[in-house]
Amino acid sequence: MSHPLPPSLSPSLSAYPLASQWIEFTSDSKVILRSGKVELGQGISAALIQTVCCELGFTPTDVILIAGDTEHSPDEGYTAGSQSVEVGVFAVKHACAIIRSRYTEFAAAKHGCKPHELKISNGKFHSNNINLSYKEISTQLPLQNIRVDDALSNILVDPLPELVDVERLDLLGKFTQAGYIHDIDLPGLWHARVVRGPHPECKPLNLDIKSFESSVDVERVFVQNNFIALLSRNEERVIQGLAKAQKLISWSKPNTLVYGSTADLFTAAKCRSTVVVDQKTPNEVSKSSSLSVGSTKNLTQRYTRPYIAHASIGLVCALAQPAESSDRHGVLTLWSHSQGVFKLKEQICKALKLDPTQLRIIHSPGAGCYGHNGADDVVFDAAFIAKSLGIPVRVVWTRMDEMTQSPMGSASLVELNAQITNTGDISNWNAQVWSNTHLNRPGWSDGVQLLGYWSAFGDEHKPTPKDVPLPTGGGLRNIVPPYSTDALRVEHHFVEKSPVRVSALRSLGAHANVFAIESFMDELAEQIQMDPVELRLKNLPNVRARGVILKVAQMCDWENRGIPGNSVGIGLAYSQYKNHAGHCAVAVRVEVTHKVVVQKVWACVDAGAVVHKDGLLNQIEGGIIQSLSWTLKESIGWDTNGITTADWENYPILGFDEIPEIEIELIENPGDPSLGAGEVAAGPTAAALANALSHALGIKFRDMPFTTENVMKTIENAD
Amino acid sequence: MINIQHNDKQQSIDSSPNAQLYHALKDTCKDASVRFGCGSGHCGACTVLVNGQAENSCSTPSWSVENAVITTPSGLLQDPVGRIVLDAFLSEQAAQCGYCINGIMMRLTGLFKRDKNATDNQITEALTRHLCRCGAHLRIFKAAKLARNQIANQ
Repeated sequence: MSHPLPPSLSPSLSAYPLASQWIEFTSDSKVILRSGKVELGQGISAALIQTVCCELGFTPTDVILIAGDTEHSPDEGYTAGSQSVEVGVFAVKHACAIIRSRYTEFAAAKHGCKPHELKISNGKFHSNNINLSYKEISTQLPLQNIRVDDALSNILVDPLPELVDVERLDLLGKFTQAGYIHDIDLPGLWHARVVRGPHPECKPLNLDIKSFESSVDVERVFVQNNFIALLSRNEERVIQGLAKAQKLISWSKPNTLVYGSTADLFTAAKCRSTVVVDQKTPNEVSKSSSLSVGSTKNLTQRYTRPYIAHASIGLVCALAQPAESSDRHGVLTLWSHSQGVFKLKEQICKALKLDPTQLRIIHSPGAGCYGHNGADDVVFDAAFIAKSLGIPVRVVWTRMDEMTQSPMGSASLVELNAQITNTGDISNWNAQVWSNTHLNRPGWSDGVQLLGYWSAFGDEHKPTPKDVPLPTGGGLRNIVPPYSTDALRVEHHFVEKSPVRVSALRSLGAHANVFAIESFMDELAEQIQMDPVELRLKNLPNVRARGVILKVAQMCDWENRGIPGNSVGIGLAYSQYKNHAGHCAVAVRVEVTHKVVVQKVWACVDAGAVVHKDGLLNQIEGGIIQSLSWTLKESIGWDTNGITTADWENYPILGFDEIPEIEIELIENPGDPSLGAGEVAAGPTAAALANALSHALGIKFRDMPFTTENVMKTIENAD
Repeated sequence: MINIQHNDKQQSIDSSPNAQLYHALKDTCKDASVRFGCGSGHCGACTVLVNGQAENSCSTPSWSVENAVITTPSGLLQDPVGRIVLDAFLSEQAAQCGYCINGIMMRLTGLFKRDKNATDNQITEALTRHLCRCGAHLRIFKAAKLARNQIANQ
């Protein structure tokens, strides 16, 4: 089955309208694919390579992927937001389909045969008497003469037979040899560490540089204002130097208060309040007014999520090769695992006063990032040192930096209020969200969003926080419920100041908002003694939404889930990511012993046309497990000195002995466009877990995470 | 000088006895297959085999491995048990970012060398020394069991 082309062209194609900007055929019968979407561990490289193979007729090992190189790849923005298939893969698919079509026409005309008589394999067009390669045709019909931003009206030669999923070609290398940015070596390479405190706002106090330099025992110390870097040709020496430096420096206290809970924090916070949705549907206004007070129940509840860390297993890393030590005269070359090398390039140019022609950034794999972690910051560290000292350098952060300096996912307080009739009609849905920004990537707001730049050149360059407005939403992502209601009001209480540094973490506000909405739906159902699944189905007009819920209800044997308060519970939740991407329903079964044990998770996802099934399943499964970890265990803590959850002991994540069985079903819609799905599971998993816990214990759990300590507190308060 | 057998090669490491094995392997032996995670033995990313026993190379001083056989992920292809473990991880596509996998494959190789009939519980117990952030755990379990079954049936 071939996949359809998207109804509207990818924005990437409008920006890069020539075939040669995407594809190049080489004389050794390979094909080079240029993409702005980079491999972050989400498997996008396999989906891109598979697309080229299917559309152009190459074998996977003959496809060379050049992704995220500011000199050689298209700028497709960030590799983020579950958009790599929706945008990146479909740009490549469309470009390849046009190339195939034009070349088929050319080959058929040249050899006097009909296009349908041609077959394509291994990068060649064949018929009885023709054997013509793409490369040969490209010498006469150059790719720079083919526009790929046209709608494709006439496809010559149908797309080739679908391959079974292309395997990840990067894994063997990663498993057995150099595979990550940390492994890149450069001639004359220096190793550097930047000395940082327990919170991004901490500054070194009364530092006597001379005595510091002699005590840390490294070859070089580079200081500019509060930016202190230690350098050595030997990596271990610089690590030992850093340990000494940490003992020598005392740090200023961050300007943060300590609160008893997330709700306390946001209740006390200064915020900017805006009503962002206020709508009544005319025909439903009358329905609303006709509801007599006696037949409705009114419910208001508050739900919270704490700050959560990206907590990659690997440390962020960057390399910089200054203009003078590079064979590329005048160009500072940087290696980075950033999600957006083009925006990063703009910011580094701004920070270091470089012309864009003087800077190149090449994407190189790092450990999974799950959003905006320190990957961009560390590039500034490396670029600044290399440019200032004229030496090639590799900078790696420490585990403590990862847990204290890197941006975190913002906390949220969500208050929901609605009325429900005893027959399950919902009215006057009122949502309020208190949260910080969920996006602070370099270049998103004014100023420079690079940690080291503030240390070196002053805090006044920090960008003014601003969030992502609906419909995509940052703190408001997925706050609009999918359920029918006569009136909907959403108020955003934007809190500018955050006690920890914040930015994008997988699914942004959707984790908290779906958790709130789907917990609230169960509570509404309880108000009128209705089955929670029945209430959802009654108020969900979307057929695809109903489809995933019905499937999951069947998978978990919802009807026989038993009575509440039995120590074992099943909960279910649904959302359509961003209200326009993939649909996902999740059911969770928990058992509460001395702790919350997640026994099994069922999920059903409708992501439209599936491009790379194994990759999709991997993303959904990973998303479920990561969300279980956030929801059960994770919370950033701080005191007046800084972040206290600075290592794995104090910031535990889900372990191998806590992983439930997971069953996933896909509802495939090959005729529909692909819908982003990498982040669909985050919110529904959290809510399904909360609902399962409530079912198991007969009381409500509205504040993440559900650690043993927090569950005990909730039980005590309920008594 | 500290003498070790690094995979199939004899090496003399010219580093301080207190230098961690991770740095000796990465800097002196130029072995880029070992991953650094936390430096404190919590995440298991840097795991290698020391005389067949899984150890965190980030917190194993070089002096303690004098004359030891050190097996790293780059030696998996040559190791009869390691090769099976590696192939199982490839065939299950058991990774997302893949950063934690090398240490995990070393831990499992060590386990299956000691006990080719290791139980599922033993596999889980071994893996609790490791962290994975992407959520590839179930594929990792699947690959581990596939390797165990293949090794047991040899």
